[in-house]
Amino acid sequence: MRIRALAPILLLPALALAGCGSLVESTEPAAGSGASDDGAVAVTATDEACEVASTDLPNGLTTFAITNGGSQVTEVYVYAGERIVTEKENIGPGTSYELTVDLTAGDYEVACKPGMVGDGIRSAISVTGEGSPLDATEQAAVDGYRAFVQERADATVPLVQQLRDAVAAGDRAGAQALYAPSRVPWETVEPVAESFGDLDPRMDAREADLTEGEDLTGWHRLEKALWTGEDLAAVVPVADQLLLDVGELAQRVPNAALTPTSIGNGAKELLDEVATGKITGEEEAFSHTDLVDFQANVDGARAALDALRPIVEASDPELVASLDTEFAAVQAALDPYRSGAGFVSYDTVGEDGRRDLARAVDGLSEPLSRLGAAAGGA
Amino acid sequence: MSAVPSVSRRGLLTALGAGAVGAGLAAAGTAVASADPDGGGRDAVAFEGEHQAGIATDVQSHLHFAAFDVVAADREELAGLLRDWTAAARDLVAGRPVGEGGATGGSPLAPPADTGEAVGLPAARLTLTVGFGPSLFDDRYGLAERRPEALVELPAFRGDALDPARCGGDLAVQACADDPQVAVHAIRTLSRIAAGRAAVRWAQLGYGRAATVDPSAPTPRNLFGFKDGTANPSGTDAATLDEHVWVAGEDAAAPAQAWMTGGSYLVARRIAMHVETWDRSSLGEQEQVIGRTKGEGAPLGGRREHDAFDPASLPASSHVRLAHPSRHGGAQMLRRGYNYTDGADGLGHLDAGLFFLAYQRDVRRAFVPVQRLLADDDALSEYLRHTGSGVWAVPPGVGRGGWWGEGLLA
Repeated sequence: MRIRALAPILLLPALALAGCGSLVESTEPAAGSGASDDGAVAVTATDEACEVASTDLPNGLTTFAITNGGSQVTEVYVYAGERIVTEKENIGPGTSYELTVDLTAGDYEVACKPGMVGDGIRSAISVTGEGSPLDATEQAAVDGYRAFVQERADATVPLVQQLRDAVAAGDRAGAQALYAPSRVPWETVEPVAESFGDLDPRMDAREADLTEGEDLTGWHRLEKALWTGEDLAAVVPVADQLLLDVGELAQRVPNAALTPTSIGNGAKELLDEVATGKITGEEEAFSHTDLVDFQANVDGARAALDALRPIVEASDPELVASLDTEFAAVQAALDPYRSGAGFVSYDTVGEDGRRDLARAVDGLSEPLSRLGAAAGGA
Repeated sequence: MSAVPSVSRRGLLTALGAGAVGAGLAAAGTAVASADPDGGGRDAVAFEGEHQAGIATDVQSHLHFAAFDVVAADREELAGLLRDWTAAARDLVAGRPVGEGGATGGSPLAPPADTGEAVGLPAARLTLTVGFGPSLFDDRYGLAERRPEALVELPAFRGDALDPARCGGDLAVQACADDPQVAVHAIRTLSRIAAGRAAVRWAQLGYGRAATVDPSAPTPRNLFGFKDGTANPSGTDAATLDEHVWVAGEDAAAPAQAWMTGGSYLVARRIAMHVETWDRSSLGEQEQVIGRTKGEGAPLGGRREHDAFDPASLPASSHVRLAHPSRHGGAQMLRRGYNYTDGADGLGHLDAGLFFLAYQRDVRRAFVPVQRLLADDDALSEYLRHTGSGVWAVPPGVGRGGWWGEGLLA
């Protein structure tokens, strides 16, 4: 969960995104008529209107540059039928936001919801075209990785269903046991989820990520209730919403904006998550199941490397060799902490142990930061 | 790293300022290179030499010192780290950005090779000096028999209050520069290059030189307000340096230790000063404790700082008397320490003091006996607490195409 890191990245102009670590990247902008100079499709939201600068778009990565010119807080959705393709809530008056999504040919609707209520003011858009700017190897990498993400996202749903049922039944011990496993598939693909506007903050925000007036929701709200002895009845609605959100995530994966570079950068972001959240023990402040997340982040980064391997073997074989070595070193540092099907509680890992884990992560993160560029042919 | 065009950080800035963005880079490199082959200008210190720079070099204004734990899997990886460090150091001391593309000339999709905070800054007489700690010679890299006999662990001294988190380290790097950001950039860069092979164990910033190796320069003052190191060896006095600072071929106890010839031994001590209690002592007491006048720095009873004096004429427990070479068989050390402040101690006092750095031919005949006597008898000890410590074998200088530690590891 990286609200603070994510928001500024998305607010940058599309061209600047080429150099940053976000999965939302716009090096291959939509080129339809009505697209702005940087290739983004302007969406102007007001209290009464929702103007989309171009309603005929080519397929591929599309960035919507949203400006709220109204007096109310608004939100913008892209629908395929009633399925949410992507969304951004809480766009304040006078502010802008960029939302990038991979649109395959078909009919969509862009909806602005001034006041964040109702069905919104909708504009139909039509996406046409076949093929992709990627070559066969690149396309295979993207397809393979998307299939992996889909499988992981689908796998989250039944796990969260079980967690939700245990919470609803007031079964604290059962829910505690289900909590960390329910997060594993999510933690392997989290950067993709982060690319969809609002899902990640809703599902995985930590208390420290919030500002005054924001409510803690998602997994960490459940974590807090489960480990602080709170009455579980109070958080059943939170569990219900989390279940809806994981379902929505699985639905959105087909439109995740993926390129070889974004997949590589996503791997780096997973290790950044480890370095800033798990090593410090901040991610799972109540359950101390940080090492379970840690392993999932590493597994997700390795899956990204495996998807990109045919590309990077050609462009930078030394990098691949170095990454294989460093992945093995991180795994060797983690393995001693295995316990049963999971890992020991992170509050039992002392300073020396945390330092050694941090060093292994640094050793991997430095070469991993070059994977995105190597996959993009740079 | 060797493929980097010879464009200085300043040349780069000038070229960019003239509007020659991107496409102008190669041209800028050429232009700068023709006028200024090393890229760094007059304030670059030569990297290569018989001895490492940063020892006899005129003491720069700022220090960033870092001790590293080596986590390399094997000796080959350790050697690779030192080769990579040396390549980066050649760029850093010349004032060039490190790595392919430097700070801004690489792929926009990739992280910049150079971190960028020194762009536009001069070379600032940066020196980088590397040492090997006793712990490097354990069983990990098969170096035990190459450990010089003189590389001893320092004994415990009376009154030591050492924090293990500020002690030791397999490797040490001393970065000295006339611009603090240049020194910090250098350590940060080496730490980044080391990822997966070595990690920073502890580090220390020093902001004001507390020593000089130029006898014609005014002697700097420490945080007690006294001139310190009046009798320091001159950096150009080859005979004194050969006798007291540089390791000689005859010093090798075994052929496997001969790699240290031309090197030196570095002792670092983080010495916290109780500046608040010191400030409450009278001028007369302060001068009795030190053994010199506070204003001129003359030995008590003398008139000028460099007046000859008989140590026996000074107060029995005065610092200058006890530290005088005549008490230690003539042994001298080349000192190039820095004043530091590291915030507050949580009790309403500054955490301030001296980061003591001393180079010597053999610690067993220099730092160890001197410090033992000072710790036992020096009146100044009441105001000091040694909180960090380390000793390193500093290998000789690097020749053309050479690398740090090649004598030890090649």
